[in-house]
Amino acid sequence: MASPTETQKELAEYLKNQLSTELVEVGFVLDELVLRTRPQHICKVLTFLRDDSQCQFRCLVDICGTDYPERELRFDVVYNLLSVQQNNRIRVKVATDEETPVPSATGVFPSANWFERETWDMFGVFFSDHPDLRRLLTDYGFEGHPLRKDFPLTGHVEVRYDDEQKRVVYEPVKLVQDFRSFDFLSPWEGARSLLPGDEKAEDQAEEGAS
Amino acid sequence: MAEAQIKPLTLNFGPQHPAAHGVLRLVLEMDGEIVERADPHIGLLHRGTEKLIEYKTYLQAVPYFDRLDYVAPMSQEHAYALAVEKLLGIEVPKRAQYIRVMYAEISRILNHLLNITTFAIDVGAMTPLLWGFEEREKLMEFYERACGARLHAAYFRPGGVAMDLPAGILDDILAWTETFPALMDDIESLLTENRIFKQRTVDIGVVSAEEAQAIGFSGPCIRASGLAWDLRKSQPYDAYNEMDFNIPIGKTGDCYARYLVRIKEIRESLKIIRQAAENMPEGPVKTEDRKVAPPSRGEMKHSMEALIHHFKLYTEGYHVPAGETYTAVEAPKGEFAVFLVSDGTNKPYRCKIRAPGFSFLAAMDFLSKGHMLADTVAIIGSLDIVFGEIDR
Repeated sequence: MASPTETQKELAEYLKNQLSTELVEVGFVLDELVLRTRPQHICKVLTFLRDDSQCQFRCLVDICGTDYPERELRFDVVYNLLSVQQNNRIRVKVATDEETPVPSATGVFPSANWFERETWDMFGVFFSDHPDLRRLLTDYGFEGHPLRKDFPLTGHVEVRYDDEQKRVVYEPVKLVQDFRSFDFLSPWEGARSLLPGDEKAEDQAEEGAS
Repeated sequence: MAEAQIKPLTLNFGPQHPAAHGVLRLVLEMDGEIVERADPHIGLLHRGTEKLIEYKTYLQAVPYFDRLDYVAPMSQEHAYALAVEKLLGIEVPKRAQYIRVMYAEISRILNHLLNITTFAIDVGAMTPLLWGFEEREKLMEFYERACGARLHAAYFRPGGVAMDLPAGILDDILAWTETFPALMDDIESLLTENRIFKQRTVDIGVVSAEEAQAIGFSGPCIRASGLAWDLRKSQPYDAYNEMDFNIPIGKTGDCYARYLVRIKEIRESLKIIRQAAENMPEGPVKTEDRKVAPPSRGEMKHSMEALIHHFKLYTEGYHVPAGETYTAVEAPKGEFAVFLVSDGTNKPYRCKIRAPGFSFLAAMDFLSKGHMLADTVAIIGSLDIVFGEIDR
């Protein structure tokens, strides 16, 4: 298993001291340094990481969302930073929900622009002060946020060319065959195969209890 | 007479324009011939790869990576395989590492040959394309001999590679590395000092080293701006730390520098391929951990346990310990990374694909502002954009 190097541990200690009020959590996952902060502090943390001489994370390589529907603040916005000068990487996370906006990082890193648009498109995380928060990858006029865990894999609409109207029309998805989702998890390992929103399974569980 | 006010003209470039390298719809606001604002509309090739991967086991997710950057399929698989291996905490046998490095470099040449030659055709040179594609065909034959498919390889898998190399392929690859440099000389003789080519590319789309970092450049594009940054050297993975090669860097950061960097990289890749093929170690090509890599066919014929392993691996798949990793490789286009979140089950909880071309295209507005319409074509060509990976 990969473990953090001494320089990474030093950097973690240094950040703990320097950003003591802003950071909620500093830790390692495998050998990767992960910080957690609050939405209102994200720009300050990113600016510090970019400008401080011991960090020099001048390259924002990626922003993405992660969805944990069971949490109160269901989304994590994950910022992955790279320092070409120090040859190091760092990850910053912010938790938010559908309502709370996250301040846009476009002022700190110009490359954040499209990544935030994508995160908005895919998860519906709102970024305040973003210069141009439009959908990016989905269709014009698309509704919903596809990478949320409660969005079905098939989506809600399908398109086809209608010969009578001479244009492409949108219709609700009709599947000839259900999506084949097998539950391969071994029942001997105590896997809970109860899915959120699976009413039938809950009914059965209640019947079994009564 | 008062000077007439000219309204900025909005021009739709693509999505079916041959120089758009796929399905790019670029909305340009023009002041005469000068681009004032470029607004790329992407997503016409969006297939929901990241969503699909969440519904597949770790092994079933591999082929999706071929379909991202379909010009250099194996490089994408490489990032995914490394990410899963990191979460699993397994070591890959030496021979598999060498095979991967060799094929990653073949992919790099595949990619650069396509990019350089289509870039040349964008700015008016026809011949390099015809020559380059003949060589690409030979390289895809090497792909086919190793894994059975010219493009959608599914060859690099978590734990190693799918199967061992066929007999004699190393000699053929070595023979090819002897003949190929002559073709590169020919292509260079057509382009490098070509007056028209230089007029179209020199001082177009200039990016300084500082700007390149701010807009998230990587790969040949950041090196063309003068930063010696290559993940193969700085954060080596697999057997790259045993290879001897140089990192070419450009000085000017314009389209011409990006072209030159790619040309030099092809020659460096050839060196790596030759080293990997000559020093190819013997041994297994996938990990011996039977909970991750399937047993051989022969073993399955007489061992009950091997048969059970095979059955479990291809139905349930393997469980990856909970955790997350951001694993990047130096793909031909730049930093290709996978941010993989595992919740301990047999399917990825989240798999974010970080494509280098995405940042390049996001910088289109910055790059093409103030340039002529024809220059945007040169800029797109020099950035090396493939829509499979941008739209995902």
